[in-house]
Amino acid sequence: MSILGTRVVRTEDPRLLTVGGVYVDDLAIPELDGAVRATFIRSPVAHAAITGIDADAARRLPGVVAVLTAADIAEAMRPDKPMAEPLLAIDRVRYVGEPVALVLTDGTCQGEDAAELVAVEYEPLAPVVTVADALLAKTLLFPAAGTNIAGTGTAGRADPDRFGGCEVVVERTIVNQRVAPVPLEVRATAARWSDGRLTVWASTQNAQLARDTIARRLGLDKSAVRVIAPDVGGGFGAKVGIDRDALTVAWAAYHTRGSVRWAETRSENLSGMVHGRGQRQTIRIGGHRDGRVIAYQLSIVQDCGAYPRSGAFLASLTQLMASGVYDIPGCGADYQAVVTTTTPIAAYRGAGRPEATAAIERAMDLFAGQIGMDPVEVRRRNLVPAQAFPYRTATGAVYDTGDYASALATVLAGAGYEDLRAEQARRRERGDVVCVGIGVSCYVEITAADAASGETARLAIDGDGSATVYTGSSAHGQGHATAWAMLVQDELGIPMERVTVIHGDTDAIPEAVGTYGSRSLQLGGAAVHKAASQVRDKARQIAAQLIEASEADLELDRDHGFWQVRGDPTTALTWAQVAAGAGEDGLEADVRFTAPQPTFPFGAHLAVVEVDTETGKARLVRHVTVDDAGVIVNPVLAEGQRHGGIAQGAAQALLEEVRFDADGNPQTATLADYAAVTAPDLPSFELLDSVTPTTVNPLGVKGIGEAGTIGAMPAVQSAVIDAVAHLGVTHIDMPATPQHVWAAINEARAAR
Amino acid sequence: MIPAPFTYRRAGTVAEALEMAAESGEDAKYLAGGHSLLPLMKLRLAVPEVLIDIGRLREAAYVRDEGGHIAIGALTRHHDLATSGLLASRVPLLAYAAGCVGDPQVRHRGTIGGSLAHGDPAADLPAVILALDATLVAQGPGGTREIAAADFFQGLYETALAPGELLTEIRVKRPESAGWSFQKFTKRAIDWAIVGVAAQGDRVALVNMGMTPMRAVAVEQALAAGLAPEQAASHAADGTSPPEDINATAAYRQHLARVLVGRALAQARARG
Repeated sequence: MSILGTRVVRTEDPRLLTVGGVYVDDLAIPELDGAVRATFIRSPVAHAAITGIDADAARRLPGVVAVLTAADIAEAMRPDKPMAEPLLAIDRVRYVGEPVALVLTDGTCQGEDAAELVAVEYEPLAPVVTVADALLAKTLLFPAAGTNIAGTGTAGRADPDRFGGCEVVVERTIVNQRVAPVPLEVRATAARWSDGRLTVWASTQNAQLARDTIARRLGLDKSAVRVIAPDVGGGFGAKVGIDRDALTVAWAAYHTRGSVRWAETRSENLSGMVHGRGQRQTIRIGGHRDGRVIAYQLSIVQDCGAYPRSGAFLASLTQLMASGVYDIPGCGADYQAVVTTTTPIAAYRGAGRPEATAAIERAMDLFAGQIGMDPVEVRRRNLVPAQAFPYRTATGAVYDTGDYASALATVLAGAGYEDLRAEQARRRERGDVVCVGIGVSCYVEITAADAASGETARLAIDGDGSATVYTGSSAHGQGHATAWAMLVQDELGIPMERVTVIHGDTDAIPEAVGTYGSRSLQLGGAAVHKAASQVRDKARQIAAQLIEASEADLELDRDHGFWQVRGDPTTALTWAQVAAGAGEDGLEADVRFTAPQPTFPFGAHLAVVEVDTETGKARLVRHVTVDDAGVIVNPVLAEGQRHGGIAQGAAQALLEEVRFDADGNPQTATLADYAAVTAPDLPSFELLDSVTPTTVNPLGVKGIGEAGTIGAMPAVQSAVIDAVAHLGVTHIDMPATPQHVWAAINEARAAR
Repeated sequence: MIPAPFTYRRAGTVAEALEMAAESGEDAKYLAGGHSLLPLMKLRLAVPEVLIDIGRLREAAYVRDEGGHIAIGALTRHHDLATSGLLASRVPLLAYAAGCVGDPQVRHRGTIGGSLAHGDPAADLPAVILALDATLVAQGPGGTREIAAADFFQGLYETALAPGELLTEIRVKRPESAGWSFQKFTKRAIDWAIVGVAAQGDRVALVNMGMTPMRAVAVEQALAAGLAPEQAASHAADGTSPPEDINATAAYRQHLARVLVGRALAQARARG
């Protein structure tokens, strides 16, 4: 029996739960003996010219090794484009928390004392806090660029008269608010320059991408940089590659020809690490009273924060996925990505796709409300039919496989939709203070968007018959070691416990892409599968020579890991024997797997929320989902991804928001103020099964890392609005905090 | 996240703690469970020069039946209050509210005396001791004195304790009216209250509705004048000037106070 699809418990956990992981700041290795500790001096103002830096007093403090500023950075390392980001601020700061100077101390604790002694003179400039301010362009962040717009795009149908034939058109501007990734392990980096080579230990999702960036920015040859990712305590997209602060630490080691280490504080993390989302969306939806939607326009203003890292790219993904699971011929989308004097925005779980789903699902609900039809019925009437795949959307995506109607039907049946509506009606009739709301979302998302880049794997059979996998995919909580070992066992019959998985070291794995966009299993896993297949083919040749039999007569007994002449156990060879027969070249395969196109996981979520109409507090009481990501290699890992994803989606709908005051000061820079969700705030999720394999990789798998977030956010938001719809509420922007809900109820009452 | 330098001293007895405080002067702070003070120090919002650690004075951690009243040592941890059988039967309001403080980690470190002496209007237990009309016992260089709960909270993070004076005990008489309620309204399970209400009989106190924890005087007067609980509750925000922050406007807090006092009075009556 194949091990694939079975509930194998994570092999990573015994170590993590007993002795604990070894994260960058835990590293106690000789290479980092005597490393100095880095502390950033960060801008306390959102927008200002730097008119002077006096670090003399700090330099005199005992324990201070150096205070570094932009003046110490070589001209060649300075940004070459108008909106490009420097390492340390040059002449101007553009967000609170922007690195201005770096203090190096020879102990852990003096850094903050020294930082207090560095006197930076700021001449205030007008802050640009909102995207509306950015578009007004009264103040430019980068005068040389002549604009605050960092990128624009359009897709799909542009003709405005496609709304002309609609019986009903609804338009609304909504907010997909800025949120913080909050990985449990904050950013941390250690770097050492030695013997003409820079070694960087980074908390990253992509060691190879980090190496390439470091080499490019510091003007070093790639071979002169080694990046190692030890255990990484969560990334959620915010640890893709290497960011500016970590890069500055690597530069400091190079500049001082020494060893430097840095771990940020939680408050630095909340204002200095990238944020996610940050879109203002105008949705316009039109159709007929029979429920058929024929036109949809999504217009996005993407907040990039102070420097356009991947903000414009995120909005292009939103644009690509604008029509969601619906067959809307007249779908168009456009975006403007703008800079503001706030923390930069980049990828965060879903990265552009949750924003698309939230918009179209909100639009569907508004349209349903306008024509007085059950929102589920409106969805049913517009889903892309199962026989239409592969399906090309108006904005240019080609969905591989799907069965959206089935996912919706499964969720409705699993949740007992009709009973929930009856309970809602009963409570409304009784005039209960606590009302119930039901939110349904249907979603499709794009995973492995860069399928053509693929992923690498090298698989080597060691002399004792065990296997070592060198994977380009980088694990930071997903369970790669478990899943990859399962793939090897399934293909070669080498038991999981004899498979070692190595990742995140550019010397061991020079070429790779790494982890983001739910690409790991379908590219990295498929690469492991491909390498194992090649090893099996090679092993068959070797075994045939050793046994002196024809290859065609040989079989691999995958239950026991023996090669033998079919049906003749007396000829059995172990993997160790076959490996020994491979000679000097060894028995291994080194591959890159690429897929012809991305995959499009899909599903449906139903959230049940109770809202206390006197206080406005909403509580998620049930969450039922179908998340179809094709074939499931390990249900335990897949469910873990769904649980975490749902939690983060529900959190954005109900609780989480990064806020700045009118001057651009962060108001959510501690975990007391930033309402990161916790377990007691959530119910146990009800996960239903559905498997629609893809044909674009041999495993039939799609990505599942972000699906939960994408489906949950609109379902929960919709449920809150639905709970108070009978009071006249038609929309509540996220997060639906008690105060927002209370205000919406009040407004609706006042309007009646 | 790293505090400014300070001198750490650990006291072995209450007398020793008082002596250390007298030596150290105005810039000394007592450190009990540390769950209010240390976060402020890490943010460098509090910069004491001397910390006098009284956390190991187990002589000051107890819940005792003294006949006329229950005596609670100031260094009793929230978890021990929440699980005290004596409190559960005699002062269930305090036991229940102590179980609502922070999260399990906070409740296993934080102490009732530390919470009260910190004087945070957003904390849970100050309002509870107001509703219980408790008496606080303080020891200082000049000896021991009793302070009525109603006189204890004097401003934002300001109490009636003189410099160097140490809160040692909280005394709670058996409530005249058995009905009680504690309403803590939060965004998340582990947050500070956006608004909270403690009610013991017809004595009502509010969390996070001004610069100090406070009695809902207008509500108590309305009840005394014979108004029904729901009418009395409509006066919950009278005379309050609640803070504005990212969680609530002042108007929303005042609305919540009215709703929560109504619920607290109803529950207290149902239990009475």
